[in-house]
Amino acid sequence: MNAIVDISHLSARYGRTMALDDVSLQVDKGELFGVIGPDGAGKSTLYKILATLMPPASGGASVCGLDIVKDYRDVRSRIGYMPERFSLYKDLSVQENLKFFAALFGVSVKKNFDLIAPIFRQLERFPDRKAGALSGGMKQKLALSCALIHRPEILLLDEPTTGVDAVSRSEFWDILQSLKNQGITILVSTSYMDEANLCERIAMIDRGRILGTDTPARLVARLGERLFAARADNMFRLLEELRRLPQVKECYTFGANLHAVVSDDFDPQQAARMMEHCGLKGVSITPAEGTIEDLFIKLTANEQ
Amino acid sequence: MAILNALIKKESLHIIRDPRTLLITLLMPLVLLLLFGFAISTEVRNIRICAVVDRHTDETRAILERFRNNEYFDFQGLVASTEQNRMLEEGLTDAILILRTATGNMESQIIVDASNTTMAQAATGYIESMVSGQSGNSPIISSTLYNPQLKSSYNFVPGIMGMIFILICAIMTSVSIVREKETGTLNLLIVSPIRAATIILGKLIPYFILSAVILAIVLMLAYGVLGMPYSPASIVNVVLFSLLYILLSLSIGLLISALVRTQLAALIVSAVAFMLPVVMLSGMIFPIDNLPIVLQWVSAVIPARWYIAAMRKIMVQEIGIGFLVGELTILASTTAVLLTLAIVKFKSAVR
Amino acid sequence: MNNSEYAITVKDLTKKFGDFTAVDRITFDVRKGEIFGFLGANGAGKTTAMRMLCGLSVPTSGNGRVAGFDIVRQAEMIKRRIGYMSQNFSLYQNLTAEENLRLFGTIYGLSDREIKTRSQRLFQDLDMESMRGKRVGDIPVGWKQKLAFVAATIHLPEIVFLDEPTGGVDPVTRRKFWELIYKATADGMTVFVTTHYLDEAEYCNRVSIMVDGRIEALDSPDNLKKRYDADTMDEVFRMVAKNAKRAE
Repeated sequence: MNAIVDISHLSARYGRTMALDDVSLQVDKGELFGVIGPDGAGKSTLYKILATLMPPASGGASVCGLDIVKDYRDVRSRIGYMPERFSLYKDLSVQENLKFFAALFGVSVKKNFDLIAPIFRQLERFPDRKAGALSGGMKQKLALSCALIHRPEILLLDEPTTGVDAVSRSEFWDILQSLKNQGITILVSTSYMDEANLCERIAMIDRGRILGTDTPARLVARLGERLFAARADNMFRLLEELRRLPQVKECYTFGANLHAVVSDDFDPQQAARMMEHCGLKGVSITPAEGTIEDLFIKLTANEQ
Repeated sequence: MAILNALIKKESLHIIRDPRTLLITLLMPLVLLLLFGFAISTEVRNIRICAVVDRHTDETRAILERFRNNEYFDFQGLVASTEQNRMLEEGLTDAILILRTATGNMESQIIVDASNTTMAQAATGYIESMVSGQSGNSPIISSTLYNPQLKSSYNFVPGIMGMIFILICAIMTSVSIVREKETGTLNLLIVSPIRAATIILGKLIPYFILSAVILAIVLMLAYGVLGMPYSPASIVNVVLFSLLYILLSLSIGLLISALVRTQLAALIVSAVAFMLPVVMLSGMIFPIDNLPIVLQWVSAVIPARWYIAAMRKIMVQEIGIGFLVGELTILASTTAVLLTLAIVKFKSAVR
Repeated sequence: MNNSEYAITVKDLTKKFGDFTAVDRITFDVRKGEIFGFLGANGAGKTTAMRMLCGLSVPTSGNGRVAGFDIVRQAEMIKRRIGYMSQNFSLYQNLTAEENLRLFGTIYGLSDREIKTRSQRLFQDLDMESMRGKRVGDIPVGWKQKLAFVAATIHLPEIVFLDEPTGGVDPVTRRKFWELIYKATADGMTVFVTTHYLDEAEYCNRVSIMVDGRIEALDSPDNLKKRYDADTMDEVFRMVAKNAKRAE
């Protein structure tokens, strides 16, 4: 077994609410692993337990072969944890924050600078700026630098891209890719479904339970539904009309299109004609490729 | 050690970069001391008094003369007996002294406006002694020890010190730790390999130093500006007791920070659970002997009570530490218990 | 009443903080009943611009009209005719759903009877009858979000401003929320919305993309995709925003 993170039957609760319910996961060494799920799914709780900030209610986990409860002190020097919220000292400068976190782990900034150099390049221009005065993307890079400065074996990144714009997000994923290439195992969580494809393997999580763990492609293959993309001049009306068709099991907006999950007897040409009959114009209904988001909707829709 | 240095340096930067809090922290002791030292006083002065005399004798003239010359009284002159009620009702005077000599023997009566009880009590006492002092009865020789001028500032300085250190140590320490809980940085400290004890020291040392600086300011003011009596031995005792008390207050701050989650809660708990009792029940303003018996019991568990009592003995009476074993034992053991409790709680909170 | 065909018209709107130009001469119109997507990188000036439109911040120069009123001189009139909802769902957690609606209705000067009939209808429309008496703190996030939208629109504003209303919300809830937005515009309401989810940009009638305080692109999603030769709004956004110099 080559799993560097091994979680088995982990449960956690806050009062009466189950935050994590029998979660089992294995992450291999050097993997870029995604934990995908909406707010409140239990991602942050999972991270807190792995970071040894919170004990599990039952079950257990090991990191680098070390038990997160028994060997918590050793675990702490192996991991780099970046919490969900921006957690650096806002009244300290870029330089002071980095030095402080290096000192906490008893390392010198100079010795490990090569690891963070590509990330830190933009920040170097204003070493004396207070962390609180940095932009969202810059804060995120400083936080990542501080989490990396002691050269951890595993990076635990809890929603690093929440509230960050699309351009900064894709830059951030480039950085993660290059860190992975240097051999660091990365466990990253996100509520953006489209980021799933940037991971080697993902675990889909909702309401404290794992819905599935696999490569994005294999997970999508599990969707096992006929899927069509539809569009017309009035999308909202199209949505309402398609939902009336008995062959349409599920219909929802999907970017510029609607996605319709349909039964075997669905005929796209006939459906398009019916839509035009309802007064809609420019109707097109074409076969569509499923995505992680489609799978997520399928797996969670019934519960809502 | 390098880690502790980094923590202390970081904490110092937090303190320095928040100039508003720092200014308040340093100014507050100053303002409180000067306010209580000069402006607020329980001594009663300038009591306005009128006299009603039916027939003057040498005796009545002598009494009135004494009132005219006394700095505590503002003698407003003689009024007709028909005027006396109006004077009091309209608040034109605080007290009326009635002297009747028509029967041969002098009879005296004092009417005092008691809407301000402190003033009324003091005034009654003063007037009685001024009148009876000359009445030929056996004189009372009174001598006040330790604070011959009865300066109330002597009484307040220890009380203010008892309040300031709770305020600064407990509130600032707890707020600074809880702020790190709120921003999430405490979690980052916890997930680093440093020990909880190091985190605690990293918080306590900077605030201990800050408190020591404030102690120095307070003492300079007390001795230099307010002119409290001092001797090298008493100063040593004051510093010793104060540092112990500072440590105790820091423990309270640490304990609060382990128990609450938000800065606001830390502030409220510090203020309501610790500041108020210090002000009301520690003997700082109201003498403990005057409190209802239940509150006297409560006051016994307030550390500030013992600190203030000890400080009064050292600063005002200038007595040696040998007479303070009781206070010292209580403070030291409370500190030990609180600090242990705080460390245990904090450690289990951060593991 | 606002008789023009535009809900919002803005000309050369500028906001400077010291020598920093947060919003740099932006000009655009939003038609009545339109869903207008207001996109931009972090720090591009979206929030500042939105605050000016809501009458919460006075522009340094330029002018604009919202719901027919001048954003400088008639800010108070504007506040009564717009609704605002932010990511944090500004509801009172320890009041019930119904109490929240009554509170916001009262703030906007509705009569008791109006509040009663409107909230009754809204709870029915949204299938939220069972949530009426529950404290907002105990309601699942999806319902909370709907409720926040309802609270922001209980006074039937001409325009509702939505500031990242779907951040971190799961895909199913996000979609249900957009259906709610569609329904509101079908009733004639104008929607002005910011989001980081670029698939949501596709649902807008028109979209503007702000970069470094200026509006760099403004058109319907289809036209933007054609112009930038892109398949999705995500690509369009990356092409437009990648040259941003500043960040916040």
